[in-house]
Amino acid sequence: MFYSSWFDRHFKWFYTAPAVLFMVVMMAFPILYTGRLSLYEWSMSSVMAPEWIGFDNYAELMKSGRFRNSVRVTLIYTFVSLFFQTVLGVAIALLFERNFKGKTAVKTLFLLPMVATPVAIALVWVMIYQPTFGIANHVLRSLGLTPLAWLNSPQQVLPSLIIIEVWQWTPMVALIVMAGLTTIPSDLYEAAYVDGATAWRRIRHITLPLLFPTIMVAVMFRLVDLLKQIDLIYATTQGGPNYASETLNMYGYTLGFQFFNMGLASAMIILFFILVLAMVAIVNWIKRRGEVEL
Amino acid sequence: MKAGIWRRVGFPLTVALILFVFLFPIAWMLLGSFKTHVQIISLENILIFTPTLENYIAVFAKYNFLRYILNSLIIALGATALSLLIGLPAAYGIARSKMHVLGLVILIGRIIPGIAFIIPWYILFSRLHLIDTYLALILAHMLIVLPLVIWIMIPMFEAVPTELEEAGLIDGCSRNRVFVNLVLPITVPGIITASLLSIIFSWNNFLFSLVLSDRSTKPLPVAIFNFLSYNEVSWGPLMAAAAIITLPVMLIALVSQRYVVSGFASGAVKG
Repeated sequence: MFYSSWFDRHFKWFYTAPAVLFMVVMMAFPILYTGRLSLYEWSMSSVMAPEWIGFDNYAELMKSGRFRNSVRVTLIYTFVSLFFQTVLGVAIALLFERNFKGKTAVKTLFLLPMVATPVAIALVWVMIYQPTFGIANHVLRSLGLTPLAWLNSPQQVLPSLIIIEVWQWTPMVALIVMAGLTTIPSDLYEAAYVDGATAWRRIRHITLPLLFPTIMVAVMFRLVDLLKQIDLIYATTQGGPNYASETLNMYGYTLGFQFFNMGLASAMIILFFILVLAMVAIVNWIKRRGEVEL
Repeated sequence: MKAGIWRRVGFPLTVALILFVFLFPIAWMLLGSFKTHVQIISLENILIFTPTLENYIAVFAKYNFLRYILNSLIIALGATALSLLIGLPAAYGIARSKMHVLGLVILIGRIIPGIAFIIPWYILFSRLHLIDTYLALILAHMLIVLPLVIWIMIPMFEAVPTELEEAGLIDGCSRNRVFVNLVLPITVPGIITASLLSIIFSWNNFLFSLVLSDRSTKPLPVAIFNFLSYNEVSWGPLMAAAAIITLPVMLIALVSQRYVVSGFASGAVKG
């Protein structure tokens, strides 16, 4: 009896301990290990022990054009996709706000791209983009336009990937914004309506400011996933052609699991990790500032 | 008058166009999966053709997909079950104690790139001879699934009135009994949402599976690359395989869209 009441008073700790312990063991320990490994040179060999080289891996990355390229690719890929996903997602959510026949069915079908397995759907896009028999070029040809090389051209590969990315994840932004729209009190609209405000002014001055926090949450979710994107790139180009689509995540994977250069890969991953945290901090700062102004 | 035209013609057309754009690749995949290689690479009669089942037959007979489906299922269900087992009490504990710092720690799991864990895991699991075992894959997938379960369930538990629990405690029930017999039954919709989302995320996961699986535990997203290993791509079977992989998760979304939507949107609106 005494024992059980003691347990009950402290149940919070017992209830949370297994999950917290799991996360720490699976997360904190590996990150520390990666940090340590980034100071060594090691090729996963069991004969050759890791050799301490201090910050040489980091120095090598700073000098490496391929690393700088992957930073650039990651940032372009992330922010261009983020821009289009947010603008289109918000626009679609606003469009779907009003009631119409079949709204639920439309919203349900709209879910499909984002639940579809990314690598599988990426391979479908490879077929769509296929230069000779792909439907994309077929459409261009029938419109009298020049067919494109899509994923096979260093210039066109990023826009082609961004199209897939925007296609797959715009619904997620729309969905989150739609959920946010339901929380806006309708009497605000009625007041504006009485005042004779046009639809655009209502959106601009009531809906968007009130939606700002929700939109920023969607932006945050997408930002994190975009910076980390690897499924799509692995399945379509593996970073090619000519490293034109090699993001940090892809480069890290290649260093670690194709070259087995575990030290250099770890250093790269630590820098990548810092970049992700920095981006999240910046967006969080914008979010906070925007909320204060409201 | 202008508004009337928009309402009756412009609006439905816009919605139809949006749907077309977002559903086209999925429809194209399904179409391709019923076409022969010759039909796929010819550009005539894109929509009118005699459908064939040979791709689906090849996927099962030649590429042994039943095995990979089973692997994916074991990993997804295993990761989901274990995450519920430790995630439900954790979410309840966090909700009741307002220990949102812990919730935040768990959210960090979503922010950190998976690749930051994967080299140490790979080394550790190799040492323990756990590479290519379900255990390693389930543990890895739990890192994605567990935060999801906790994050979805915290607001669900917060919505349960504490008076109810106190009544139970006064009646002499232990905290465990209150949790299992009173709280969990009320939050079943939340648990369904968490489970479905967990299954979807685990089913779709690629990177962890790619590194930690091999011949005997390879799940579907890794197995689909079997169609690309040669110079020529077998497009028909590839589309059939893509359809087989994506259909279960799309069906989950279609049948239980209410749960899936609330799962994707949860936490988002609360911030």
